[in-house]
Amino acid sequence: MNVLNFIHAFFSDSSHWHGYDGIPTRVWEHIQYSLKALAYAALIGLPIGLITGHYGRGGNTLALIATAGRALPSFGLLVLMFIWLGFGMLPVMIPLVILAVPPILVTTYEAMRSVDPSPVDAARGMGMPESRVLFQVELPVALPLILSGLRSAAIQIVSTATIAAYVSLGGLGRYIIDGLYQKNYEKVVGGATLVAAMALATLGIFWVVQRLTVSPGVRGG
Amino acid sequence: MSGFFDIPSDLQNTYFGLIGLHLREALIPVLAGLLVSLPIAQLCVRFRWLYPPVLGVTTILYAIPSLAFFVVLIDYTGQTETTVMIPLAVYSLVVLVPAIVDGVRSVPAATLAAATAMGLSPVRRYFQVQLPIAVPAIIAGLRVATVSSISLVSVGMLIGNQGALGNLLNDANIYHRPELAVNSVVTTAVLAILADALLVLVRRVLTPWMPKESTR
Repeated sequence: MNVLNFIHAFFSDSSHWHGYDGIPTRVWEHIQYSLKALAYAALIGLPIGLITGHYGRGGNTLALIATAGRALPSFGLLVLMFIWLGFGMLPVMIPLVILAVPPILVTTYEAMRSVDPSPVDAARGMGMPESRVLFQVELPVALPLILSGLRSAAIQIVSTATIAAYVSLGGLGRYIIDGLYQKNYEKVVGGATLVAAMALATLGIFWVVQRLTVSPGVRGG
Repeated sequence: MSGFFDIPSDLQNTYFGLIGLHLREALIPVLAGLLVSLPIAQLCVRFRWLYPPVLGVTTILYAIPSLAFFVVLIDYTGQTETTVMIPLAVYSLVVLVPAIVDGVRSVPAATLAAATAMGLSPVRRYFQVQLPIAVPAIIAGLRVATVSSISLVSVGMLIGNQGALGNLLNDANIYHRPELAVNSVVTTAVLAILADALLVLVRRVLTPWMPKESTR
């Protein structure tokens, strides 16, 4: 197996494990980019999704925004922002956030809409203010779906953050882009393996978060 | 915005030539993905235990970044369009398989029983009852797959200018003509939105019984 040989060669080379181009540095950079982008995207998508979902208005507008966000090509946007704004973090963050907002926004909205209306009515009947209805009744029930939206956004960010390397930044994309230009496929395959492993780790983290935060009553149903 | 549509000659294509190329590289994979995911989804519906592992495998494949996928494939298929199209087809499976499975599963048991009682064979029941009822869910999946496929083709630029409209991005850089990058992004986005709108239209034609107002 060609690919497996490449993977083995890449990871057993001790020079790949330290220095500014070492695996720990690049992984850490990649984690930083991804977390930052996910945080911004969640900051935009979650409140809007929660509120529009709670009041049940603006679903069509959200769908339009989501389609527009998906339609914008991440890679093209990256190059364009790099040309306009120059070297820096912003040209990378813009496409990643635009990539991640639609899944968060749409799933959060859908999650809030799919909450069974009878407990919500009961909570209102008991005299709960709207904010408590939102945070103590709807949010816990909608949480599994909301988390699944965040999860797919996170995975897309992790795998797309590789393009940051095209505009001279770090991250795991460095190995892929450099390897491509140096015709060093060992490096490319190594980088790709690391990104895929990170995406799997993301899946794992979200599974754990879901176990910890979703109430057993909701999980069982 | 002078020279907005002035495509550098190194791309050996006109503006509309690039659009055609882009659509071909984006849509063939989605079509292939649909043809593959229909039988896979049917198997998942028939044998319930198969669904979680299939979902797991497609999710893992989806986690491979497109760029890495392209570069690894160069070893086998060279710096060609095929190298761009294979990953896109694989990515479309992640969206399409769950969409079709959910769609087919959402067919009410009573409807299926009625079809069987009317003497429909399982094959005819699948094509004449289950698939038509699942059309809205399948189209919803196709919309996401098509739009993301159109936007991902651009990355093919990195493997020897196989990115159709994405190739303009490289030219924007080397010739210092930012308007080419704007052209690339805008044209790609417009193509994606048009394809999306077209699929909504297809759904309306295929499911005349659905209420009109839901545009999502």
